[in-house]
Amino acid sequence: MTTILDPTDERVPVERQVTTRTGSLAGVIGLLDISKPRGNVLLDEVEQLLAKAAPGVSMRRYAKPTYTKPCPDALRHQIRDECDYLVEALAD
Amino acid sequence: MSKAPRDFLLTDLAGASHAYPTKRASLICFVKEDCETCNTAAPVLEAFKKAHESTIDVVLIAQSGDANATFAQRHGLTMPVLDDTSCKTAFEWDIESVPSVFWIDEAGEVKTDFEGFIRADWEALATDIATHTAQAAAQIDWASLPEWRPGCGSKHLDPTIYDKLRAEANDSPIRARQIDIATSDDVAEFMFDQGFSDGLPLVPPTPERVMRMLAGTKRDPQELVATVPPNMGEATVEKIAINAVMAGCKPEYLPVVIAAVEAACTDEFNIHGVTATTMGAAPVMIVNGPIREKIGMNSGLGALGAGNRANATIGRALRLVVRNVGGASTGGVERSTHGNPMKFTMCFAEHEARSPWSALHVERGFDAEDSVVTLFAMTSGPVHIVDQNSRSPHDLAGTLGLGLDGALSPKMRNLPVDALLVVCPEHIDTLMKEGPFSKADLRARVQEVTARPDADQSVDGALRGDKKGDAPKGAKFASEDHIHIVVAGSEAGKFSSAFYGWVSGATGSTSVSKKIKD
Repeated sequence: MTTILDPTDERVPVERQVTTRTGSLAGVIGLLDISKPRGNVLLDEVEQLLAKAAPGVSMRRYAKPTYTKPCPDALRHQIRDECDYLVEALAD
Repeated sequence: MSKAPRDFLLTDLAGASHAYPTKRASLICFVKEDCETCNTAAPVLEAFKKAHESTIDVVLIAQSGDANATFAQRHGLTMPVLDDTSCKTAFEWDIESVPSVFWIDEAGEVKTDFEGFIRADWEALATDIATHTAQAAAQIDWASLPEWRPGCGSKHLDPTIYDKLRAEANDSPIRARQIDIATSDDVAEFMFDQGFSDGLPLVPPTPERVMRMLAGTKRDPQELVATVPPNMGEATVEKIAINAVMAGCKPEYLPVVIAAVEAACTDEFNIHGVTATTMGAAPVMIVNGPIREKIGMNSGLGALGAGNRANATIGRALRLVVRNVGGASTGGVERSTHGNPMKFTMCFAEHEARSPWSALHVERGFDAEDSVVTLFAMTSGPVHIVDQNSRSPHDLAGTLGLGLDGALSPKMRNLPVDALLVVCPEHIDTLMKEGPFSKADLRARVQEVTARPDADQSVDGALRGDKKGDAPKGAKFASEDHIHIVVAGSEAGKFSSAFYGWVSGATGSTSVSKKIKD
């Protein structure tokens, strides 16, 4: 038998379930622009469509400083605290 | 110099268990079947046993596997011959050679211990035991025995066994999870199946190999070097050592790999983006300073290619850390459209002796005597720039400049993107033939020959944010600061090379240098 040492970080990912779908939209929807070119154009369209489809919801816009790096913790926490849903726009 | 006896539980030749301590005084001797001095001592030990077995325990701790029985048979031994083929007990008792004798009283105090066969020591031991037990001393024809014979090295000091024992010892620095691979499984295939590999075979990171790798640094194995994106896995010195073993590194390369991991995981270098981008970037690693010679890196013939273990495996080790500790697997967070071979490894040393300029690390603020690793995020290269005709510095520098013209796309001008020019020695000679020709001269010439005031220009939207305005109209690079220059290659050949960058600067990746520490 050969014994080797684990080269990974040995962490077991937390399993998360998809949030239960209610069939309706209410609350606050965050729209996150990852700062790729024209991401704002896409989110403008999405915002308009959502406003028409679900007049009751409010929307907040966010932007990552750069698309090349993970979202800063502070921004993630802000979005978590302020929103019920999040749409993240990848564009080019 | 009494050593403290350690508890043990070993089996004799018949498979019966024998524990230490017992409540009786003990004479314990470590032996090896193929040791001539142990064979000299064996009849003496048997005589001690026969004389005092009613009052003391006499046991042998034998290191020779199946040959332990041969040893016992050869000398007609009647005492327990305990199996220590793994050498764990020898390791714990910290002996150096065999035979190693310990005469221990009922309270566990070592009264006498010695190694080898010095007849006077053994005779004195016979007297001590007789006195202690108030029994007649063993009948031994001392005159027939040699006066002095050195012992043999204990088997546990064999490097492969010793490192394994150190890895398994209670105070082992190893903390990583141990994975047992069944004998029926192929180790190489198992590691592929676990996703540890970059696609090439790996060296199995056994505890003993990792112990040897850790000897390459003075750092604490549990020191946290960096958190590695995308999973923000914790790269301790030990985890980096495990991946360095898999990559094929020698222990002396480990400090370079550690410094490279440190550099890669800075916010400036942004290995997350370098890994994740569809554009296909990879770290290009350049090593400067005395460590290049010390560990046998290649800065000359074929420096950018295959054939040198240090160059190849140091670059690979960084990639494996990002893959295994960071969790960046191809098709997972690693998402480049084409990928490129630099994602296996891309590491070389600068040919400082052949450079007329400050070495890269000195240019970046380090002392010449520092050993430094510098990482660039590059999407392509090395791209050859061939010029066998230019005879003047002006002409050749123009060629080198035009060699960078195609970076990312020939249509792209004013690029806020790094490029790395690797100038070969013959081109250096041409550049210097009319007197000093500085890096600044070369950079200016690059911008001059690539200027396209009237060209149909475009800059990729993703890069537009970093655009600067200090370059000639339509020049290739937004700033001369983006043009990095080093020297490498063999004496023969008028072939320089270029690497083209990724998204450079705060929105993407900035090149990072880290000092290599012992």
